[in-house]
Amino acid sequence: MKWAVALAVVVLLVLPQLVGSYLLTVFIFIFFYAYLGQAWNLLGGYGGQISLGHAAFVGIGAYTSTYLAMTYQLSPWIGMFVGGVAAALLGAVVGYLGFRFGLRGFYFILLTVAVAEICRLLVAHTEALGGALGIFITFTGDPWQFQFSDNRAYYYVALGLMLGATGLVAAIETSRLGAYLAAIREDEDAAEALGVNAFRTKLAAIVLSAFLTGLGGTFYANYLFSLQPNTAFGIPLSVEIILRPIVGGGGTLLGPVLGSFILSPLAELSRIYLARGGWSGTHLVAYGLLLIAVVLFLPRGAYPHLAAALARRRRRTS
Amino acid sequence: MNPTLLAQAALNGLLFGGIYSLMAVGLSLIFGVMRVINIAHGDMMVWGSYLAFLLAARFGLDPFVSFVLCAGALFALGVLVQRGLVGRVLDAPHEMQILLMLGVALVLENLALVVFGPETRRTETAYGLATVWLGPVFVDLPRLVTFVLALGLALALYLFLFRSELGMLMRAAADNAYGALVVGADVGRVYAVAFGTGAACVGAAGALLSALLPFSPASGFPQTVTSFNIVIIGGMGSLLGAFLGGILVAVAENLGAVLIAPSLKELVSFVLLVLILLFRPQGLFGGRAG
Repeated sequence: MKWAVALAVVVLLVLPQLVGSYLLTVFIFIFFYAYLGQAWNLLGGYGGQISLGHAAFVGIGAYTSTYLAMTYQLSPWIGMFVGGVAAALLGAVVGYLGFRFGLRGFYFILLTVAVAEICRLLVAHTEALGGALGIFITFTGDPWQFQFSDNRAYYYVALGLMLGATGLVAAIETSRLGAYLAAIREDEDAAEALGVNAFRTKLAAIVLSAFLTGLGGTFYANYLFSLQPNTAFGIPLSVEIILRPIVGGGGTLLGPVLGSFILSPLAELSRIYLARGGWSGTHLVAYGLLLIAVVLFLPRGAYPHLAAALARRRRRTS
Repeated sequence: MNPTLLAQAALNGLLFGGIYSLMAVGLSLIFGVMRVINIAHGDMMVWGSYLAFLLAARFGLDPFVSFVLCAGALFALGVLVQRGLVGRVLDAPHEMQILLMLGVALVLENLALVVFGPETRRTETAYGLATVWLGPVFVDLPRLVTFVLALGLALALYLFLFRSELGMLMRAAADNAYGALVVGADVGRVYAVAFGTGAACVGAAGALLSALLPFSPASGFPQTVTSFNIVIIGGMGSLLGAFLGGILVAVAENLGAVLIAPSLKELVSFVLLVLILLFRPQGLFGGRAG
């Protein structure tokens, strides 16, 4: 498995030299959504705390760095971290409200939805942030402004984000925090009885998850060149974020990556062929059916099955 | 601030509250009996609205008549969703049920988008703008009619739950599914009827709403969120709480629209929700926290 992963990374590193710019765009979306999915996975997959408002962190991160760049000419490379910290603060507020009062399951989901909606409404009513129309970013092609005229640069940034987040989650998985999170997911009361401070553990997970998601916001803004409150804070983005880890396998290290490799090309294909033919919405119908099928037939996601199949093959060959 | 304007907003909210109450009661019923969160609730509502719209456009049926048909259609959809999907994951972890319903919501919303397009619609009625003056304030006639109809439907639901045998079995299954099974209830059937009834409530609410406000496929999810806000504010699992919560939230939103800004009225119910989650998580009328 290790060798396969190393080989895959090498292939991904040399890929931009071999394929055209359009295909790179598809890969950029794969990496970026895998990155966001991995950030979500930390809280939702490992910790079992489902957030349906993660778009809020993308939005905060994106708006923060863009606002700083426009008003104070601060490079988004620095603004990115300011945005990440802002998202982490919001995450801390959500976590404090939700976990302090023991909101579990559905109540927590609703709290995350409500916070994202409050952010969306407030940003849409703030003229300095472009209001409901949003902000359009002028393209300068200046790398210091997080803008590149070569798609390959975005490719490597997105790849770096995905690999970085996966590396971080790999380290957390085997750490004390990872073990505590899994214990809370499986049985919170039992974990507390064994001395796990569930409140602090979940708070750490949401702050870290929000920080990573917030960093991603800067990439989102500077790759799409436009920010609208309805898309940057909206439920559809939150749904996109949670689908990949769930389809790939929540609470597994490679689940979000696998999920993104399955879903992102599908989304791109259906956007091209269905939306253009006046069939917008069809790909979301397909998402819905896929989600239903995963829950009914693959409740643990695709990754555990893939891993089991690989293990069987290895046993047969050896 | 002009007191007449505030009184008018409060009255409009009160009369609109019947629809909110109806959708919240449907959601609360489904949750109360099966402990399942119907994330597709608002999208079911939108389908109720579209059915009423089609019935009015094709057959000239008034939404204040056709809501019965819409409720029937949504009842069938609810039974189908319960029998085909939800019934299979009743023992699965909570988040799996939520993801399943999220899938159903995505399918319903976007199927509406594919079939009806993204334009906003509204069911036209002859008396759409009729009003009656009541001293300094006016009563919007369609709102008054929906309010009375919603009240009637809530009363019918109450009678069904507390007087009919099936209704009592439903409450028994909500209380203790295993116990209901022991005394001979067909729990699967009870669940199917419960989900169907909840969907019928929101279907009727959607049909009535279609005569008051424009709607589109995208209005489903916000309605789901509003329904949840109301149910949590009123108290999860309490039907009376859901009913009163609906009126409360509608009045608060209408007052907020006047006092703050029309486009910020959703903010009012979110702020109410956050306050409730913080200080009284069991809701205003709920007995215990979820």
